[in-house]
Amino acid sequence: MITTTKGLMDEALLDKREGTIENDNETTTWVEYWLDGELVHRSAHVALKKSMFAGLEAASLG
Amino acid sequence: MANTQSMCTSFMGQLLNGGHQFGSITLTSRTSLTSPTKDTFKAALYLVGATVNASTTAYSATNEVSSANYSAGGETITNANVPVATNSSSTAGVAYWTPSASIVYGASATPVTFAAFDAVLVYNSTQGNTAVSVHTFSSQTITSGVFTLTMPTSSTTTALLRLSTT
Repeated sequence: MITTTKGLMDEALLDKREGTIENDNETTTWVEYWLDGELVHRSAHVALKKSMFAGLEAASLG
Repeated sequence: MANTQSMCTSFMGQLLNGGHQFGSITLTSRTSLTSPTKDTFKAALYLVGATVNASTTAYSATNEVSSANYSAGGETITNANVPVATNSSSTAGVAYWTPSASIVYGASATPVTFAAFDAVLVYNSTQGNTAVSVHTFSSQTITSGVFTLTMPTSSTTTALLRLSTT
């Protein structure tokens, strides 16, 4: 069963579409379920690849 | 307006003043706070029209996503990883931290519906909701579904937050 804008529905009644986005920043997968041309469910999973980097430097004295 | 991925500048300044605490530590002096507990960090999602970036100093509900089964302020980050500090040479090193689990918005029994969003703000809800960092990703929408945000591997090169001397 799939949660949809119309309540729980049998997956077999729906048109399932999936996709992936892959780049340096992330790997994203998504899944959509459509009913008679209407999007009724969309979930996504974003896996981040990059970190936030901050450099630190001690000042020279004298 | 646009969201920009960056370490929040205010966060770096607050680090120097002990304004954030990702893990437990035993201090030699800080009056009665000799063994403080961890702060609680949260992750809030922002719409593509928001402006969260290096200038962001604290969490705001402005242009945050909204939905049934999503509370303003986002989800609490699972924080079982203590910060790690390691030397790469006698003059350089790196300290890093990554949440210990994926952040999940919604569930099969409690789905969410989000308009287009592309950023998450990590912030310290214990210390006045002070901003930590902004992370961007491809614009997503969620319709009666679940959004899962998985963190990068916790290491010297990929951890979510890294401070390094060069």
